[in-house]
Amino acid sequence: MATEADFLEAGSEPRLEQEARKGQSPWVDSYRRLVSNRAAVIGGVLVIILVLMAVFAPLIAPRTFSEQVLVDNNKVPGWILSVFPSMKGYAPISNDYLLGADYVGRDLLSRIIYGARVSLAVAFVGPLISMLVGVTYGSISGYFGGRLDNLMMRIVDVMYAFPSLLFIILLMAFFRSTLAKPEPGSFSYVLSSLDTKMGGMLFIFIGIGATAWQTMARLTRGQVLSVREKEYVEAAHAIGAGNLRIMTKHILPNIVGPLVVAETLAIPTYILTEAFLSFIGLGVNPPTPSWGAMISDGSQVVRSYPNQALFPAVALAITMFAFNFLGDGLRDALDPRLRGTH
Amino acid sequence: MTRFVIRRTMWMFLVLLVVSGVTFVLEHSVPGGPFDQEKALPQEIIDNLNERYHLDESLPQQYLRFLNDVLVPHVSTVPPGNSLQDSAVFNFEISDGRWLKWMNFGPSYASRSRTVNDIIRDQLPISAQLGVFALLVALVVGMPLGIMAGLRQNTVWDYMGMGVAVFGVSVPVIVLGPVLVWIFGVSLKWLPTNGWGAQPPYLLGFLPRELDANFIKHAIMPSVALGLGSSAIIARLTRASLLQVVREDYIRTARAKGLVERVVILRHAMKNSLIPVVTILGPLFAALVTGTFVTELIFGIPGMGKYFVTSITNRDYPVIMGTILLYAMFLVVANLVVDVVYAWLDPRIRYS
Repeated sequence: MATEADFLEAGSEPRLEQEARKGQSPWVDSYRRLVSNRAAVIGGVLVIILVLMAVFAPLIAPRTFSEQVLVDNNKVPGWILSVFPSMKGYAPISNDYLLGADYVGRDLLSRIIYGARVSLAVAFVGPLISMLVGVTYGSISGYFGGRLDNLMMRIVDVMYAFPSLLFIILLMAFFRSTLAKPEPGSFSYVLSSLDTKMGGMLFIFIGIGATAWQTMARLTRGQVLSVREKEYVEAAHAIGAGNLRIMTKHILPNIVGPLVVAETLAIPTYILTEAFLSFIGLGVNPPTPSWGAMISDGSQVVRSYPNQALFPAVALAITMFAFNFLGDGLRDALDPRLRGTH
Repeated sequence: MTRFVIRRTMWMFLVLLVVSGVTFVLEHSVPGGPFDQEKALPQEIIDNLNERYHLDESLPQQYLRFLNDVLVPHVSTVPPGNSLQDSAVFNFEISDGRWLKWMNFGPSYASRSRTVNDIIRDQLPISAQLGVFALLVALVVGMPLGIMAGLRQNTVWDYMGMGVAVFGVSVPVIVLGPVLVWIFGVSLKWLPTNGWGAQPPYLLGFLPRELDANFIKHAIMPSVALGLGSSAIIARLTRASLLQVVREDYIRTARAKGLVERVVILRHAMKNSLIPVVTILGPLFAALVTGTFVTELIFGIPGMGKYFVTSITNRDYPVIMGTILLYAMFLVVANLVVDVVYAWLDPRIRYS
């Protein structure tokens, strides 16, 4: 027997449909889902703040990242003693440094602010490279199929067996020493002078790109395979569209969602890779500040001056949080079916 | 199944062969040699050293020699440990004064009194122990969190569990390491801040001889620092797969026929929801073993890790080769084991 509540519920359906019919593209829908996710919004705001901090670092930072005042080495501000009481008695106090100074008297706060540049550059360029290489590779493999597909995927399988972090380290050592003194005018000279200008970041990008594309290639191939036989692709074939056109106009737009989600979720891994590399001394060239390198330096003196390791560590953790929150939110927004699967 | 395992094992060897080849080419294309020093050695000495370590041969010859040393077992009358040249990872005594030796990764150029085999025998077990303990931490923390969150979806437990999981993925070992050292090592003085509680020789080649308080005390911080990130991955995966499984028809059937909730969850839901978790254990363990080297740097653990970075800067070819191949071996073997366990757990999967 139908009750009043049933009617009310049934009656609410057309209203929903009407709302949906207001001509919302799936992107608007996704956007709405994204902004209604509190964690994702917090992540997004944090990312924006970090980007602003990186871009306007020279305006915000009280000093430059390389300014050394040797007499001020290991200075700590007064407020820190109440947080880290163990430092009382031996730590030299100077309120000129908000978070303290490092072992050669560089301002920690300024270096942390400038350090955001490296982490964020990796966060944006890493996905770009791995998308570019991985999507091209994966879509060629999936689209043409057959023997080519088999061969290309076997290559990826072999690459997978390389411990990726160790492979990057080997690559970095190779770059750093091979291209250390190249002939002027050669390609490697252009590369290494560009790298020097970027504070050593170029090689990090190449290293991350060299290992990160494989996951992307596999994912893209799978996605291409799943839409390759769809009717609209067949229709495009029938009207005589070329392979390139079918790939870019018909296949890619339909698989881009999961790829973007996968890349966003991979951003923390890229940030971490750079931090690891800098931590072991194969990352950015000093004195370019990187949080990984700062944590490494700080770890040496964590017993006496814990602030030198803990503050950059907190900065790195906050950045990782922000990108994780944002990535999770994007995944839920773009593909609600995937909710909570990663 | 047997055919599948055989085929995969052969593929595994092929992969390792390619990995060794690529590593060989890469390491030799880095300029500079193992005997370069601040104060250059006389050319005659370098020539003699090159001859002694067979570096004067052509690269293909060197590579074939390496493969031969590693793959082909040989019988020797030199007792193990007495020679830097005639050394091996595995030594079996066949009769009086004769040993069957297998897998010789060669000498280390940097520390002239040790071979890569010695490093593998003494240092690798430490890294492996750390990796296993970290995996234990990951499982012990991750699975209950995931199960709790999955069974009580959208409750405080769920949010708490997933909050911990986000914390886990966002706080890498280079952040957590110094923080833990500062809290538990420096401020509270509960745990030692560096070192490892087990020394060679090891039980069965890799187990610590005794699991005493000293060992646990040394192992606890590095394992937690390394394992927490993986526990987050396990928690999220367990939750997701549990959520999927409890919506399956067979769960409804189990409830409909009047089974107690406990039995439904434990026997029907849990068993099936653990399959994806098993599949990720392989790559996860491999990642943990690779991750050990950063952890070892932070906590001052005398494992395999420090050799990785130093060998590259020293151009210590045999050590580079040995470490990369070992880690790659961990990776492929872990994946093989997972595939086999997967097939065994889920009868729907049949490899042909």
